[in-house]
Amino acid sequence: MATQAPNPYLDAQGRPLYHLAEEPHHPEGSSTSLGFWMYLMSDCLIFACLFATYAVLSGSFAAGPGPRDLFDLNLVALNTAMLLFSSITYGFAMLASAKGRVGGTIGWLGVTGLFGLAFLGIELYEFAHLIHEGATPMRSGFLSAFFALVGTHGLHVTFGLIWLVVLMVQLRMKGLIPANMRRLMCLSMFWHFLDVIWIGVFTFVYLMGMLQ
Amino acid sequence: MSAHQDMHHGHQAGHHDDAHDHGSYGSYMIGFALSVILTAIPFWLVMGEVLSPATTGFIIVAFAAVQIVVHMIFFLHMNTRSEGGWTFMALIFTVVIVVITLAGSMWVMHHLNTNMMPHGDAGMVHEMSQMP
Repeated sequence: MATQAPNPYLDAQGRPLYHLAEEPHHPEGSSTSLGFWMYLMSDCLIFACLFATYAVLSGSFAAGPGPRDLFDLNLVALNTAMLLFSSITYGFAMLASAKGRVGGTIGWLGVTGLFGLAFLGIELYEFAHLIHEGATPMRSGFLSAFFALVGTHGLHVTFGLIWLVVLMVQLRMKGLIPANMRRLMCLSMFWHFLDVIWIGVFTFVYLMGMLQ
Repeated sequence: MSAHQDMHHGHQAGHHDDAHDHGSYGSYMIGFALSVILTAIPFWLVMGEVLSPATTGFIIVAFAAVQIVVHMIFFLHMNTRSEGGWTFMALIFTVVIVVITLAGSMWVMHHLNTNMMPHGDAGMVHEMSQMP
């Protein structure tokens, strides 16, 4: 930190400085978790816009199919379970990493990845089924908003899975070094954040849709 | 979170004292159990058609709100102290923006739909025919 400098707010002549003469030195990665949290909050705003779009367009069926005709809640319940299981197994990976067990961390990450893959598989099956029935994003405003919102969440899960695989390789190569611990914590926040978004999706899109 | 620890301990910080920040086995299991309950009940209410749609809608939104808080506390380890309170400040700011975005969009678009739309397609045809 800047404590070793005489006084960072005064110049050599003792006049006040209105800018920092030298950038403060933080240890590498010390601000990563705050920065990553800021990213997640901005991502939250993207989802807020998509949720708002869905809320506005969810009644615009253009004489096409509505939620009751399209959604299968059994499938959604299964999907929700997959994502919830992947959240708790990621938690176990974090606990294994806190105990310094590389093998356990990679193993639990692998289990998390499988649950995430199952979630994506079920979602893609649902999308394929909808498109096969003619309920494409082009059919109505409701379906455009639905595919935009749920698809964006699915895309996030896809990138989360790619990151997860990369992190497993990094862990195998370098072990639980501070950089990998930091990456593990960022992906943890990302993964649990996606689960939080999914709570909004299954409540407002699927469950509320079936109540209409 | 861990960066907060790094400020005090540097990079040689042992992982054992991070356990508090990263949650324990017990806290993860409490969060998981609460999430299962808070997910299962809304699905049961909707799939079993136990209550009236209006009551069900109110309950499932309330359960979703509670479950989001549960995830924030037990999985994301959110608290008012981490990073000197900045993560919590960012969260509060985001919640305000999200509420404005959602409530504002729905409010404006609802009024637009009710006030600007001709009353049904038949009305629109009728008015069009009156035009010169």
